[in-house]
Amino acid sequence: MELLLTGLLTVGQVGVADTMPAPVVLPTAARIVRVQDTPNDRGGSITLQWQPGEGPRPEVWLIERTASTGETELLGSVPCEETGYQDETARNYVPYTYRVAAVAGCDTVWSEPSVAVKASPQFFNTSRVNILIGMILFFVLVVYFIEHAKRGRTLFIRRIAGLDAVEEAVGRATEMGKPIVYVPGLADVSQIATIASINILGEVAKKIAQYDSTLLVPNRDPIVYTVAREVVKEAYTKAGRPDAFKPDSVFFVTSEQFAYAAAVDGLMVREKPATNFFLGTFWAESLILAETGATTGAIQIAGTDSVFQLPFFITACDYTLIGEELYAASAYLSREPLLVGSLKGQDIGKMVILAVIVLGSVLMLLSKIPVLSFFGRITGFFETS
Amino acid sequence: MKRNIPLIICLVMGVMMMVQFFVPHPVSVAVYELSTKWIRIVAAFALVLGVGSLIMYHTDRLRRRRTGWPYSIVTLVAVAVTTVIGLGWGVRPGSPLQNVLFQNFLVPLNASMFAILAFYMASAAYRAFRARTKEAALLLVAAFVVMLGMVPVGRALWGKLPEIAEWVLSVPNMAAKRGILFGVALGAIATSLKVILGIERGWLGGGKS
Repeated sequence: MELLLTGLLTVGQVGVADTMPAPVVLPTAARIVRVQDTPNDRGGSITLQWQPGEGPRPEVWLIERTASTGETELLGSVPCEETGYQDETARNYVPYTYRVAAVAGCDTVWSEPSVAVKASPQFFNTSRVNILIGMILFFVLVVYFIEHAKRGRTLFIRRIAGLDAVEEAVGRATEMGKPIVYVPGLADVSQIATIASINILGEVAKKIAQYDSTLLVPNRDPIVYTVAREVVKEAYTKAGRPDAFKPDSVFFVTSEQFAYAAAVDGLMVREKPATNFFLGTFWAESLILAETGATTGAIQIAGTDSVFQLPFFITACDYTLIGEELYAASAYLSREPLLVGSLKGQDIGKMVILAVIVLGSVLMLLSKIPVLSFFGRITGFFETS
Repeated sequence: MKRNIPLIICLVMGVMMMVQFFVPHPVSVAVYELSTKWIRIVAAFALVLGVGSLIMYHTDRLRRRRTGWPYSIVTLVAVAVTTVIGLGWGVRPGSPLQNVLFQNFLVPLNASMFAILAFYMASAAYRAFRARTKEAALLLVAAFVVMLGMVPVGRALWGKLPEIAEWVLSVPNMAAKRGILFGVALGAIATSLKVILGIERGWLGGGKS
């Protein structure tokens, strides 16, 4: 009997224990650790950061904003893993306080309100100081070498085979009595490669005028066409042969990429030029142009700053200007001291960057050692946003 | 004067754009947005010059009966038809310009050009990968490994092949690519500086100073 009672009680106890609700543990209130005007922005934004309280993670965070006028708004919710929020709807110069709520089931635990903060636009993006320093350094180098060149000192520039071949290519066209096709890339005039190409066109056109060859410049962009026509006209004048300039030699084709490629291909097949220049920005049509040119037997000199098109040009053309050689070309061809000086400055700038990369790599490796972790701050300086 | 005014405009705009990069203030952003609008307007006017040049060039070819002159007729007819349809029915989606000319002419023609590119790639690859020198042989081996590593057959042949292909692309190839990109970036800065400071004036073309 005693055993039976004990048994019943035990079962009853177990039953009672099973049916009792588990004590609910609510997350405690979060603590707002930072509320500030979002740095380096055009205003209208406040950044909020908080620290979750003790206890379990909430299901979601709620953000509430109160303006100095007393107007309160629920801005939205943030997943529980996040501990930051950027309010992009703030009005400039209006003080706001924020609260964060930890939500678990039907319960909401609010944090203490933050201090009041105003959003405002900034006049300087401090995260770009590194770029500014780099730019100033580079400008100083270029200006120094330009001044150096102005004083008449000789500056060494390494040979660029593709540019040495320009003379030969123009001469060949003259001997064969065939035209020279110059494609100034497909990009618009805002691209530096197009400007570089236009500069080279001026030098090439001068040689063509001297040799009395025929030049054909098909254009894809109407502004580039206008500039190219003026540049060629000026080159003929400078070469002392303004009468030899034919306005129709520089012409607009179409702004459609593949239609342009087809038109230039047709031109090369019909006219069988002795030399083709492809200098500037090119996209998928680079190989279509270069292969067609190669099948017509022309000497081809190409140059682009697009790393994806370079392999195509290297394969299909006789000479290729790789990357910065395109920008160096006008200085190389004209040998004007001012331009050569800037080219030298560019080379030294490249060496400085190389040194910074090597030094940065070493410091980054060293910063992994806990005692030397402060090196991380130096490498962090080179990060931008 | 004809040369000085463009040079001054170039200097002012160049410096302004440089400053704009460092200033996030709405005034600076507004100036940037306004100048990009100006560029679009200038481009629209330049298009008139471009189309004028196109018509003159092909009319001249027709008049002088130069090689391939019948193609000039095609070009001039295409220009005229596009202009009439564009002016008459507009350029909005659903207009004849889009439905007839764009969908039924331009898109298939562009697709054909892209298809031709595949054949050109094959012929260029054949030339590039002929192992005539040590470097060309190295290129051939690297290309073979990369291409094989990128397709399912490569993985089926040897499980490590995709990893090797990935390594070739992300280590030696990337090193060369970054070297070129550094040069390009510096070259672009130097050229911009030369243009802004008026050292490089080739782009100005003619005109008296």
